[in-house]
Amino acid sequence: MAPEVFLAEEKMNPLLPAWPEVIIGLLCFFIVFGILGKKLLPSIEKVLGERRDAIEGGMKRADAAQAEAQALLEQYRAELAEARHEAARITEHAREQGAALITEMREEGQRQREAIVAAGHAQIEADKKQATAVLRQDVGSLASQLASRIVGESLEDHARQSGVIDRFLDELESKAVAAQGASK
Amino acid sequence: MGADVQLASEAGCHFDSGCGFPAPGLGEFDFKPIFSVGGVDFTKPMLLSIICALLVVGFFWAAFAKPKLLPSKFQLVGEIGYDFVKRSIVLETIGKKGEKYVPMLVSMFFFVWIMNIMSIVPFAQFPVMSRIAYPAGLALVVWVTYMGLTFKKHGFVGGMKNLCWPSGIPGWVMFILVPIEFFSNIFVRPFTLAVRAFANMFAGHLLIVVFSVASWYLLSPTIGALYGSVSFVVAVGLTAFELLVQFLQAYIFVMLASSYIAGALEEAH
Repeated sequence: MAPEVFLAEEKMNPLLPAWPEVIIGLLCFFIVFGILGKKLLPSIEKVLGERRDAIEGGMKRADAAQAEAQALLEQYRAELAEARHEAARITEHAREQGAALITEMREEGQRQREAIVAAGHAQIEADKKQATAVLRQDVGSLASQLASRIVGESLEDHARQSGVIDRFLDELESKAVAAQGASK
Repeated sequence: MGADVQLASEAGCHFDSGCGFPAPGLGEFDFKPIFSVGGVDFTKPMLLSIICALLVVGFFWAAFAKPKLLPSKFQLVGEIGYDFVKRSIVLETIGKKGEKYVPMLVSMFFFVWIMNIMSIVPFAQFPVMSRIAYPAGLALVVWVTYMGLTFKKHGFVGGMKNLCWPSGIPGWVMFILVPIEFFSNIFVRPFTLAVRAFANMFAGHLLIVVFSVASWYLLSPTIGALYGSVSFVVAVGLTAFELLVQFLQAYIFVMLASSYIAGALEEAH
């Protein structure tokens, strides 16, 4: 061993710090602390936070999406049910309306038919009356012509004036009615 | 570079050459200056501490300077280290309030650890923490933080009470306990914090040196070779053991620093 080492050994107390070393040691520590604390650790902390957010946020987003999908499904189902209900209601309404319409049409048709029938009857009646009147006149004149041919010429005016023909025809008619009543 | 020079100078000193055993001593921890500036010597431990600072900064720079969401392998290793100190030491001890002190304690942990590791790095082969000045400086940082936080949070009276007045103790014990607590918290804590780290590294280094020197000393073409090889195996075993102690001491140092800070931040009782 070199003598100076021996000398150093004698005066050295391992528990007494040497100030230059304390200062160098502190300086080194604060360099490490400064660079790590100011730059490196905040940046990694930020990334770690981002990573945590990415994972947790992803889960949250998935949850939110699922909840939204669920809500949409519920809403869709509700709307579907409502639409079905609405459709049923409309169908029912249409059916009722159709039935009412048909009834109304039927009544209208009935009414028109009756009107037409009544009109026809009236027409027939009128025609019949007219035809009867014409016939009566024709038969009267034919009969009186025939009679005057048979009896003489002069009867014509007289018969016409006295209403003989009419009376005769009425008589015939009442006989016919009586005959009809008897046959019934 | 005392240790290396000394070993080299003993190159011819063996068990069978009539040379006495060059027992390593305090000289192992005293280094010839590499250079001197104005009466201040620049020594190997200083150089090593600077190298250690650069290594820690370099490592974390490489790992965290451009952090990515999907980490590179290097970043992943850094993250594991950072997360270990943050979660298993700081947040575990201080709780949520400890976030603020994570950077300081992370820096301290890795700085102390690498300074301890220097013990078994070839060519360095000296634990910087075995020079009391380095743990003392760091303990001073812890002490200033501890005291500063105590008085900042509780004021002077509350701070003193926090330091000296344990809760749930019957009144008459206080006569004994208050002075003890005062002395323990303010003076003993920083001292033991520094000395614990120092002494562990000091003793570990001395053991490795003793067995390394012995295995070289005993190396001779006699029965000594057997002792020498046993000594060598022990030195290797101790080196592995030291690897554990280095980590453990860094862990304990930062763990205690965290618990002091936790004590300072504790609500008054």
